[in-house]
Amino acid sequence: MSEALLKAENVSIVFGGLKAVSDFDFYISKGELVGLIGPNGAGKTTAFNLITGVYQPTTGSIEFNGQSIVGKKPYEITQRGIARTFQNIRLFSELSVLDNVKIAYHSHVKYGLAESVFRVGRYFAEEKKIAEESMKLLKIFKLEAHAEEQAKNLPYGAQRRLEIARALAAKPKLLLLDEPAAGMNPQETRELMDMISWIRREFGLTVLLIEHDMSLVMGICERIYVLEYGMIIANGTPKDIQANPEVIRAYLGGEA
Amino acid sequence: MNLLRKNDLIMLGLSLVIFAVLQALISTKVLSSFWELNLIIIGINVIMAASLNLINGYTGQFSLGHAGFMAVGAYTGVVMTVFFHLPFIVSLVGGAVLAGILGFLIGLPTLRLRGDYLAIATLGLGEIIRIIIMNMDYVGGAAGFKGIIHHTSFAWVFVVMLFVLFFIKNFVNSSHGRACIAIRENEIAAEAMGINTTKYKVMAFTIGAAFAGVAGGLFAHNFYIISPGSFTFLASFNYLIMVVMGGLGSITGSIAGAFVVTFISAALAAWPEFRMIIYALALILLMFYRPQGLFGYMEITSMGIFRRIFKRGHN
Repeated sequence: MSEALLKAENVSIVFGGLKAVSDFDFYISKGELVGLIGPNGAGKTTAFNLITGVYQPTTGSIEFNGQSIVGKKPYEITQRGIARTFQNIRLFSELSVLDNVKIAYHSHVKYGLAESVFRVGRYFAEEKKIAEESMKLLKIFKLEAHAEEQAKNLPYGAQRRLEIARALAAKPKLLLLDEPAAGMNPQETRELMDMISWIRREFGLTVLLIEHDMSLVMGICERIYVLEYGMIIANGTPKDIQANPEVIRAYLGGEA
Repeated sequence: MNLLRKNDLIMLGLSLVIFAVLQALISTKVLSSFWELNLIIIGINVIMAASLNLINGYTGQFSLGHAGFMAVGAYTGVVMTVFFHLPFIVSLVGGAVLAGILGFLIGLPTLRLRGDYLAIATLGLGEIIRIIIMNMDYVGGAAGFKGIIHHTSFAWVFVVMLFVLFFIKNFVNSSHGRACIAIRENEIAAEAMGINTTKYKVMAFTIGAAFAGVAGGLFAHNFYIISPGSFTFLASFNYLIMVVMGGLGSITGSIAGAFVVTFISAALAAWPEFRMIIYALALILLMFYRPQGLFGYMEITSMGIFRRIFKRGHN
């Protein structure tokens, strides 16, 4: 087995009396495309928030690239190489599409405050590079024609694509996608699947995605974790998961 | 990328032409000393509005204590020139540094607050600064600081104002400024994109406070006496009105806002009973027909007219 990029052991988080995620054990190897599924309220997004530092785990350890990331702020975790999208789109909606992507280059910009204010040194070269790389990303996501539009005026599917483009601009090693296909029609979902597979190869990414659209999950994920009531009830290839009685029970209810 | 530099040069050239015209009008006494004084006040208000806009408009942190930082700059400045006989420019820098340090120290704890809570906290802190000064006998207490040497001229104000405006313009058009704007737009997303939100909020607050300090130094050396009464929360509120009237997140707007507000109160100086009514009416009408302010989130350089005029400059 190749080395684990992200490893979580015994992670639990308690909100008041509710254990939202308990004894969460999981790993992702470099280059894998892993899915995280489960019924509504199972704790999938909470798991994302734990990985990205939005929440601090009550117990347990999370390691990224061999280093613990527990207690780190979200921006520090992003700087280490984990970028995410949000279930409810969180774009910088009043800003242009291009600026949305440019902002995410933030931690890779090499000029200081004085250089930017007095427009000396690396300012112009760096700004040019950021603009070019941002346009390249927009082209990949077929957004280049909308570069100057306000992000809020994009159609829904395009906003979802922009969120992924923005996350990629942060140059992550691990990309977390929270329901990337939510609200998309079947055609858009198919295009998205192709795009995820393509960017993964092109950027050498490891991807973890939450999704309800089973055609997407079963179609592109190599391995799947199933969460229910904050606990992992299954882990395996799409084929295993589809045949797993626990999973069928969780989704369909009753005794299967 | 020469485009940016070329636009800067055009703006700088235009500013110098405006300066030359106004200075000529002042020197030849076409503009009376009343209007010269008002031009100086407009310049100072532009600095105040633009620096407050950096905090309120660009970073989205609602601050109401800007006059407090102005007071720090003003009193630091006059202490340096009157008691220590330091040159005017040194006193301006000194005032900026002290106001900036205070902004940093105040910003660090208060910027954890959001929205209304931050507004109340900064309002309170601005008042605390004023009341501390009021009780310092060293600087004259409530009676005010007397015997200030007159240093401020229209030329001083204009040059400092240009510096501040270019500083803020370049800041907001850099990665640092984009980080601030990202915080305004969506703090959670900004943090998820690797932006240290606390750092940039405090940075914007510190820079804004420092420039308020500079404006305070210019303000103080324009009169022979300053008193804490010039830096009440009503003054802070006045600067906020300039920012909102001109447009949040727009430097052009801050200039326009400072100009309009100062001009209205100066032009109506002869009819003090109508002044507040017209002032209030102007604000109500603006909020009805243009709630985003005269230039909300827009700059004159990105508008059609400007682009058409300077089309050749772009290529």
